Amino acid sequence: MTFETSLELLSFHWVAYTVYSLLIISIIAWFAYNLTRETKAKSIVRIPFYGYISFLVAAGVGHHMFTYNAVPWVEQDITRHNLTADRTFDISIKNQVFTLPKEKMTAKYGEQVMFNVHSEDLVYGFGLFRDDNTMVMQMQVNPGTKNDILWTFKECGNFHMLSTEYSGPAGAKIRIDNAFSVTGCDKGDV
Amino acid sequence: MAFVDTLMNGTENSFKPESLSALQKVTLRAVVMSFLFYGLAALEGMLMRGAEVNPGLPPVFNDPAHFFSMMTVHPIVGLFGSTYQLVFAAFTFLIPFLTKKPLYSTKLANATWLLITIGTAASWIGAFVWHYAPLYTLYWPLPADTQQFSLIGGIVFIVGVALIMVGTLGFIYNVYSTIFARVGVHANKTTKELLISGFGVDGLLNLINKLRGKQPYTKEPALSLPVVAIFRGTVDTFLDALVILGAGVLVLVYLIAEAGGVDLDVSAVDALLYKNFFWWGLDLVADGLVLIYVAGSWYLLATIITGQKLFMENVARAALMLELLVSWMVWSHHLLADQGQPEMMKLISGEMVTAFELLTQGLALFITLMTLWKARPLKMTNELKYLLAGLVGFGLAVPAGIIQADMAMNRVLHNTQWIIGAHVHIAILVGLYMTLYSVVYVLWPLVTNNAKLYSQKLANTHFWLHLIGGIGMGASMGMAGLGGMLRRHFYMNGEYSSYMIVAAIFGSMLLLAWVIFLYNIIMSLGVKGLIGIFMPANNDISSYGLEEEEAKA
Repeated sequence: MTFETSLELLSFHWVAYTVYSLLIISIIAWFAYNLTRETKAKSIVRIPFYGYISFLVAAGVGHHMFTYNAVPWVEQDITRHNLTADRTFDISIKNQVFTLPKEKMTAKYGEQVMFNVHSEDLVYGFGLFRDDNTMVMQMQVNPGTKNDILWTFKECGNFHMLSTEYSGPAGAKIRIDNAFSVTGCDKGDV
Repeated sequence: MAFVDTLMNGTENSFKPESLSALQKVTLRAVVMSFLFYGLAALEGMLMRGAEVNPGLPPVFNDPAHFFSMMTVHPIVGLFGSTYQLVFAAFTFLIPFLTKKPLYSTKLANATWLLITIGTAASWIGAFVWHYAPLYTLYWPLPADTQQFSLIGGIVFIVGVALIMVGTLGFIYNVYSTIFARVGVHANKTTKELLISGFGVDGLLNLINKLRGKQPYTKEPALSLPVVAIFRGTVDTFLDALVILGAGVLVLVYLIAEAGGVDLDVSAVDALLYKNFFWWGLDLVADGLVLIYVAGSWYLLATIITGQKLFMENVARAALMLELLVSWMVWSHHLLADQGQPEMMKLISGEMVTAFELLTQGLALFITLMTLWKARPLKMTNELKYLLAGLVGFGLAVPAGIIQADMAMNRVLHNTQWIIGAHVHIAILVGLYMTLYSVVYVLWPLVTNNAKLYSQKLANTHFWLHLIGGIGMGASMGMAGLGGMLRRHFYMNGEYSSYMIVAAIFGSMLLLAWVIFLYNIIMSLGVKGLIGIFMPANNDISSYGLEEEEAKA
C-alpha cells in the first residue's frame, strides 16, 4: 500500500479515524450500560493485561513504521540533503510579502522539486494548496535557519500558496494564486 | 415568587455561605471565576467561528487585527482563566482532604485565584483594547514586533500573563508546603519518604519486589495515589510556569527597551531555539500537566465512586513516574514541520517518545475502567457519567494527537484545524472538562455543606449538550483540517463555511450547556449565596473533617 498524494493519505486517514472513533465511543457506551446492570455481563473477549499493553506499544510504534513504508515523502524528507532535485526554487519573505522567482514556478509530473524558503524577519509558513483548498504539503519558515522541502509531485494542476504560520494580522492576506503548476499528466500535455 | 425566592436564596435555602470554612470559600471562589472565564472563552470561540463564515459579522467587522486579538486571548482565558483555576481549586481542597492535613495557607490560595483572575483580565484588555495579537505561541520575534503591535498593549498583555504565572507559582508553593508538612499522619515521615512516594518510586519498587518474590517495599505508601498524581503533575506545572515566565520576561525586556528608545536586535535570539525552549515548557501543560492531573483525577473518582481500592495501584504509581520521563521528552512533536530541527530529535522525541503517551494514557484508562468494572453494578450518578464521558474525550483526543506526531501525517496536518479541533478541543472540552465536572459533583456536598442541587434534569441536559456539542464541534473542526483549513488563519471568503456552520451548531450546544449549568448552580446556591462566597469566612479552618475528628478524640 502506497499513498502517492497527500489527498489519498488524508482520505484513508478520514475513514480510519472515523471507524476508530465509533469503536471507542461504542466500547465506553457498552461499559456504561453494563456497569449499571444488576445481572453481570460476561466479557465478550478476555484481553490479558500484557496483551493490551503490547497492543498499545505496537500501535504507537507500528503507526510510524506503516507511514514510513507507505508514504513516500517521509524517507525523501529525511534523506533530502543526499538527493538531487530536478528543479530548485528559491523564495524569500519579508514584511509579509513573498518574493518568488522571476519565472513562473512549474514542474513536470513525477519530478522532485526543492523549495528553499528564506525569512528575513518573522516566523512564517510555506504551504501549497489545491484549487479545492486541500493541502498538498507545508513547512515552517523560521528566520535564521534553512527551510527547505523536497517534494515529488504525483499530481497535476495549479497550486496556490499560503503562509501556514501566523505572522501578524496582515498575514491573513498572504495568498498567491497559481504560484506553482505541474503538468504532464495527460499524454498530449508537454 | 417562588422563582425569585429560589433565585435569591437558593434551593430550599439549603446553602449557608456563613457556615463555610476558609478552605471551602477559597475553593468556591476559584470555581466561580473559572466558570465565568469558561463562558467568555466559549463566546469568543463562537464569535471567531461566526467570522470564519461571515467576516463582516460583529465584533470582527472584516478586521483581521480584531480577529487575531480574540484568537490570542481565547486560550489565555480558556486555559489559564478557566481550566487552571478549576484544577487549582479542586486540588487546593483535595490535598488537605486526602492528606488529612491543613492547607499550608488559605491567604496564599486567595492570592492565587486573585492573581490569575487579574492576570487573565489584564491579558484580555491588552488584546481587546490595543489589539496586541502575537497568539499564545509567542513565536519569536513576533511578540516584540512593535511595527505591527502597540507597545503599551504588549506590556499590559505580558504583565497579565506574568501575573497568571506568579499565581501559579503560589499554588505550587501551597501544594508542596502542604504535602511536605510533617503534621498529622505525616508527623513521623521524612522528606525522603514523602519524595519517594510523590514520584511513584515506591510503586515501582513494590512491582520489582513482587517480580523477585520479595516482600513489598511498603504496604502503606506515604501518599495516596491521587496525591502522587497531583505531586507529579505539579512538577510539570512548575517547569511550565518558569518557561512561560521566562518567555514573558524576554518579551518585556524588548518592549520596555523600545519604550525607552533603545532598539534591541531581535535576531540575537534564535527563532528555532526559542521555539524549542517554548514548546518544551508549553508541552508540559498538555502532555505532562493535563494527562497526569487527569489520570490522578480518574483514579480518585474511580475509588470514590466504587468505594474500592484502585485496580493495579502499583502499576499506576509506576506509570506516573514513567510519565515524568515521557512528558519532558516529547516537545519535538510540535517541531516536525521545522526543517531546521535535527532529524534525530524529530524521530526520537517527536515520534517515538511521544508514542509512549498512548501507553501511559491507555494504562490510566484501563485501570480506571477495570476499577469501575470490578465494582459493578453501579448507580449511574452524575459523577460516574461525567467520568465516563471524560474517558471518551481522551479516548478520542489522545490518538488524534499521536496520529499527527508522525512525519508523514504532520506534513499535511500541521497547523490545520485537525490538531486544534480533533485533538485539543476534544481533549479539553470533553476529556478534561467532563472529568472536572465529575470532580465538581463529587466535591459539591463537601464544599457547599450539602447544598441541594436545583434540578437533576438540568444537570442531565447539560451533560448531553456538552458531550454531543464538544465531540461534534471538535469533529467538524477536525474534518475542516483534513480539508486543508489552517488553524491560525482568517478565511475571509467563506472557504470553509460549511464546516464552520456545522461546528457553530455544535458550538451553540456547548454554549447552551454552559448557560444551563450556570443557571442550575445559581438556582442551587442563590444570588445571596454566591455573593456570600466572596465575603470573608467566619473562621480560618483550612482543613476538612479534621476538626470533627479532633473533637471526637
